[in-house]
Amino acid sequence: MTVRAFVLDPAKLSSQRPLSFLSWRHGLCLAVAFLASLMSAWAQATPPGRPSAIETLIVWLPFIFQGFALNLLMSFLAMALATVLGVALGLMQISLVWPIRSPSRFITHLLRNSPWLVILFVVMYMLPAEFRMPGGGRVAIPDWVKATVAFALPVMGNISEIVRGAVRSIPTGQWDSAEGLAFTRSQTLRWIILPQCVRRAIPPWMNWYALLTLSTPMASIFSVHEAVANAQAGMEAAGARPELLFPFYLFLLCLFFAYIYPIALWTRRLERKYVV
Amino acid sequence: MIELFGPYFRRLYDTTGLNYNVFYDQYEFDRFATGASNSLQLIFWALFLSLIIGVIGAWAQSAKSGFVRVGMDAYIQVFRNTPPMIQLLFFYFGLGALTPSVDMGGYSQPLVSAYAWATISLGIFGGAFNVEIFRSGIDAVPDSTLEAAESLCFSKWQTYLYITLPLAFRISLPALTNNLVSLAKTTSLAYVIAVPEMTYVLNQVWSDNVNVPEMMLLLFLFYIVVVTAIASALHLLERKLALPGYGQ
Repeated sequence: MTVRAFVLDPAKLSSQRPLSFLSWRHGLCLAVAFLASLMSAWAQATPPGRPSAIETLIVWLPFIFQGFALNLLMSFLAMALATVLGVALGLMQISLVWPIRSPSRFITHLLRNSPWLVILFVVMYMLPAEFRMPGGGRVAIPDWVKATVAFALPVMGNISEIVRGAVRSIPTGQWDSAEGLAFTRSQTLRWIILPQCVRRAIPPWMNWYALLTLSTPMASIFSVHEAVANAQAGMEAAGARPELLFPFYLFLLCLFFAYIYPIALWTRRLERKYVV
Repeated sequence: MIELFGPYFRRLYDTTGLNYNVFYDQYEFDRFATGASNSLQLIFWALFLSLIIGVIGAWAQSAKSGFVRVGMDAYIQVFRNTPPMIQLLFFYFGLGALTPSVDMGGYSQPLVSAYAWATISLGIFGGAFNVEIFRSGIDAVPDSTLEAAESLCFSKWQTYLYITLPLAFRISLPALTNNLVSLAKTTSLAYVIAVPEMTYVLNQVWSDNVNVPEMMLLLFLFYIVVVTAIASALHLLERKLALPGYGQ
């Protein structure tokens, strides 16, 4: 294998990876900027007798937080599902048997190359609204569960790719020496290769968690009562005044930023720690 | 054009029940064509804007003024760490409420349409990633090359134009491909502010005709074709620009 003179690892710079330099100071600057803009929205003149936009926002705050809790719940469940299925798919991708390998590679590429919104539409319309139990009982599947499955799918494809990449990044010497010690292929994978992969796979895995959380607001298109849908309902209930739009959406941006930014910082730290 | 393949799809519907009515019904075909052209234009302009922002941002990140640098970092952080969908809603509804409307004689039309807001918002979102990619490309140009240029009496500007930029562009091309493809997929989000692009149009079609699975397959195919086209065009460019003597 020839080595390039100067190479940029595309995986390091794609939209799925954090910034090369992050510090908590940036976050602090931004928090101040956000607060300042909220203040300026508050300072806007409102006709007397009606609550100002900020007062309305404060009234609806618990409702929006309740929705945000559903966002978090969806992100946790979807990530768990995506991890289990994605690791399985990734292991199928490195199988030596081609009838297993090629379909799993196809599925991985399909899931990775479709827009999240399209996958969401497919799952929301194609999954049945209720599940018939073998005994005859019927269990209704709530919309948010279907949305969770939909968010898990693209992440599953990407985790599968992470697993494949991590296994391939382990030096061949490890495989050879395991063979020299008379390990079988499955033993080598189980005891030697995969434990080393975990370390390498954790930063990209956390990144995908952040991306997953950032796409959960899409569920509001299907009137799942998460943060965005609740904020919109709140604005409607407060009289659908146009001056509400700016502070409400700005607040939503802040809310997600406050949750995601620490994760990005933490991912970056782990990445530096695990650098090989 | 519809006369060409129309009968085939009509027969397909009659014999198998697969209703691809966008290919034999003139009205639905027009809708489909509008959606496709809107989608492609949206992708083109969003990618274009994100590239411009990337180039300007990479330059701003190496600015002497600390204020410009911090501002650039803040911009990147905000747009990388918030949901693109809320960004779209914020731009369209939040900022859209502040921009003036034009009286079109009887009804008023906002100065900046939903389509324009989608382009701006997605361009800014994608640009946040491009800045970082271009900057790393510029950083990855070896110092020794720049010193060699200096020893050949290149001026600072000449070094930048003839040495740094061509090399940096080649280095950042693979990462750029990834990001542009990802941005092209994200344009389907313009659905939430009712831009009549592919996702939105096919949604209307399947609501009117109850042919959900067929139209979904079409939607998948559309995005796979677009993504493949962008990726292979950029890979071709990468191969054409490859420096002789380097690479596999």
